[in-house]
Amino acid sequence: MVDVLSDTNTGITPAEVVDVELYHPKSWWTTYIFSQDAKVIAIQYALTAMAIGMVALVLSWLMRLQLGFPGTFSFIDPSQYLQFITMHGMIMVIYLLTALFLGGFGNYLIPLMVGARDMVFPYVNMLSYWIYLLAVVVLVATFFVPGGPTGAGWTLYPPQAILSGTPGGNEWGIILMLASLILFIIGFTMGGLNYVVTVLQARTRGMTLMRMPLTVWGIFTATVMALLAFPALFVAAVMMLLDRALGTSFFMPTLQEMGQLMKYGGGSPLLFQHLFWFFGHPEVYIVALPAFGIVSDLISTHARKNIFGYRMMVWAIVAIGALSFVVWAHHMYVSGMHPQFGFFFATTTLIIAIPTAIKVYNWVLTLWRGDIHLTVPMLFALAFIVTFVNGGLTGLFLGNVVVDVPLSDTMFVVAHFHMVMGVAPIMVVFGAIYHWYPKITGRMLNDGLGKFHFWVTFLGAYAVFFPMHYVGLQGMPRRYHDIGETSFIPASAHDLNAFISVAALIVGAAQLVFVFNLAWSLFKGKEAGGNPWGATTLEWQTPQTPPAHGNWGKELPIVYRWAYDYSVPGAPRDFVPQNEPPGGFAVQGARA
Amino acid sequence: MSAIVLFLAVVAVIAGWWLSQQRLASKPWLETGVIDDARGASSLPPAKIGLGVFLAVVGSLFALFVSAYTMRMELVDWRSLPVPKLLWFNTAVLIVSSGALQWARAAVGRDDGEGVLIGLLAGGASALVFLIGQLLAWQQLDAAGYLPAANPANAFFYLITATHALHVVGGLVALGRTTVKAWRGAEPAQLRLGVELCTMYWHFLLLVWLVLLALLTGWADDFVAICRQLLT
Repeated sequence: MVDVLSDTNTGITPAEVVDVELYHPKSWWTTYIFSQDAKVIAIQYALTAMAIGMVALVLSWLMRLQLGFPGTFSFIDPSQYLQFITMHGMIMVIYLLTALFLGGFGNYLIPLMVGARDMVFPYVNMLSYWIYLLAVVVLVATFFVPGGPTGAGWTLYPPQAILSGTPGGNEWGIILMLASLILFIIGFTMGGLNYVVTVLQARTRGMTLMRMPLTVWGIFTATVMALLAFPALFVAAVMMLLDRALGTSFFMPTLQEMGQLMKYGGGSPLLFQHLFWFFGHPEVYIVALPAFGIVSDLISTHARKNIFGYRMMVWAIVAIGALSFVVWAHHMYVSGMHPQFGFFFATTTLIIAIPTAIKVYNWVLTLWRGDIHLTVPMLFALAFIVTFVNGGLTGLFLGNVVVDVPLSDTMFVVAHFHMVMGVAPIMVVFGAIYHWYPKITGRMLNDGLGKFHFWVTFLGAYAVFFPMHYVGLQGMPRRYHDIGETSFIPASAHDLNAFISVAALIVGAAQLVFVFNLAWSLFKGKEAGGNPWGATTLEWQTPQTPPAHGNWGKELPIVYRWAYDYSVPGAPRDFVPQNEPPGGFAVQGARA
Repeated sequence: MSAIVLFLAVVAVIAGWWLSQQRLASKPWLETGVIDDARGASSLPPAKIGLGVFLAVVGSLFALFVSAYTMRMELVDWRSLPVPKLLWFNTAVLIVSSGALQWARAAVGRDDGEGVLIGLLAGGASALVFLIGQLLAWQQLDAAGYLPAANPANAFFYLITATHALHVVGGLVALGRTTVKAWRGAEPAQLRLGVELCTMYWHFLLLVWLVLLALLTGWADDFVAICRQLLT
């Protein structure tokens, strides 16, 4: 790398960014519980998301027990099975992944990475978490109400979602589910405004948009998308709630139940599908874009090499964000839409493959001739790339109308979306936790346990989802409690199902090792120092580890370079922090 | 879904214009040293940018309602309801409310503390009158037998007006806080941001209301039909 802009400003004073007025907590309660500090809010978000995620994990075990060994577990009846799949999907997609990436990593990393003291609206940020927690509590409450949680599937398609034949349909389940979603969206909007405006307005001096780490780009773009897409779910949820509670007919067609003509008439279930997927497809990228960003930083740091094609990476993130709003109907190919619409949406869907492929190539080219350290975060990052490619390729199948129609509602679809937006983002979540845990706690996670966790999770996830593609191709439908005797599903598929279930149980159990590692390392982990990975981004250059209230010392850092100066020829170390002046030395922090 | 796609296209154009100002084609790996990000962080206060982003969210919410409305009204069971005359009065009151806040904002510029207070009080009072008027309109419809569950047109009418009214109520909370500050004798300069934010929000809600009114009264029907023809 050549320094083209020779610098004459090395001794510049940092005071030219207006410093925010920071809220200073006065008691234990306002420091740790009702905290307005983004770092504390981030940890609250992350712990809540992981706790509810464990519930979803147990639900997946129960589902797999039933699918692998039908008839053996008499305590799982068909209604419960439907409730398990619904809550598993809903929790994983919204209450775990969305909340963890944006509320957890967004809150922790945005202010630190852009060199801000905190989010710009700390009070609103605090409210965001508490409303999220309330949404989670309402969600959990559905397990304990008469009739149990809704069993409508995570897509909550009407009319079945509010009919008596669906678990929770004419009881409390669906009402609380919708209420919880509405709360979640309100809470998220409060947080999302913070993330966006902090990136726009609170960057420190020298932190131009094109010097931001890709993590911030990913979270920023995903937040903008979420702010614009979640209203669609909000509208759908409110309208369905009115259908259920007041008897309106937004979505409910004329129908009979138990031989009785119902009060509904004329509504359009298709309208719900449009609204739901107008949110639902961007949601895939709301989860994927932060993962893209984080994985870029993990790969660059742990391969000691600058990210390949930074500009293309940024453009691709923005392009994916924009394109993802015009593909929603590819989830509705079997809804009887006009063939021309199908053609249109298939085309836009396949166009998204271009910026996505650019990203994949750039990750691979970043690794090419890099000094690859197979640390636990790196292992997870590499696992993400292969898993995402895998899931992306089956996406090409499903994006085409003619291929999608026979595969629709089979286990192939389940395998596809678990690969691409289940396993792949979760790999990044783990990688990111192993990467940033030393900054958050000051201690390293145990390496041996981490590697064990990685290999069991990675190989196990493949053991679960690879065979599932085959089972789906055989025609095994999703959402069935028990397939029973069929002519088209061979006995081998049943054996595979049993195998998948055993693998799922093992992968789930391996997560307990991770949880143990989190707790154990908090007290017994190796001291990490300020910058254990030798990373360039600002969060590793804080004067204290973990960063203190206000993040920086008396003065905000000044940024002199982009986030990827690794292995710069002639530099004394193999990384140059973003706040290191040209020809000078870092003002704050140093490698441990 | 054309309304929401159109709305997001507008948002995308604004975002694209903003991004085009951000040196996205620069080569950051070659540029070491201090770059003064003159066009990056805007000189506007964060609260204003925050409100702008929030208005985009609210705008997309209403655009989605409009989309749902136009899709649902195509179906055979749709029976438009007679729009109560009271809505015209309410619309006038909301325009007055917006005007009063604009006046308060101008008073801030003149450093006229009393004018600010009068403007804020007038704006808040007229917004309250608007809300009461909306409730009375509901009552009239209810008395005439137009219940929410009777027809989707009725249901949409109640739903959309209620959502708009809730946003006005939220605005009144913010306006109330600014008014209390003004009442306690804060200097106009200290009130500037609060008054400007309220004014921006009020104008936006007025604009949304005019669009909704055009939709609910059926004025927009021709426009919707043209859009539909273009798409099919």
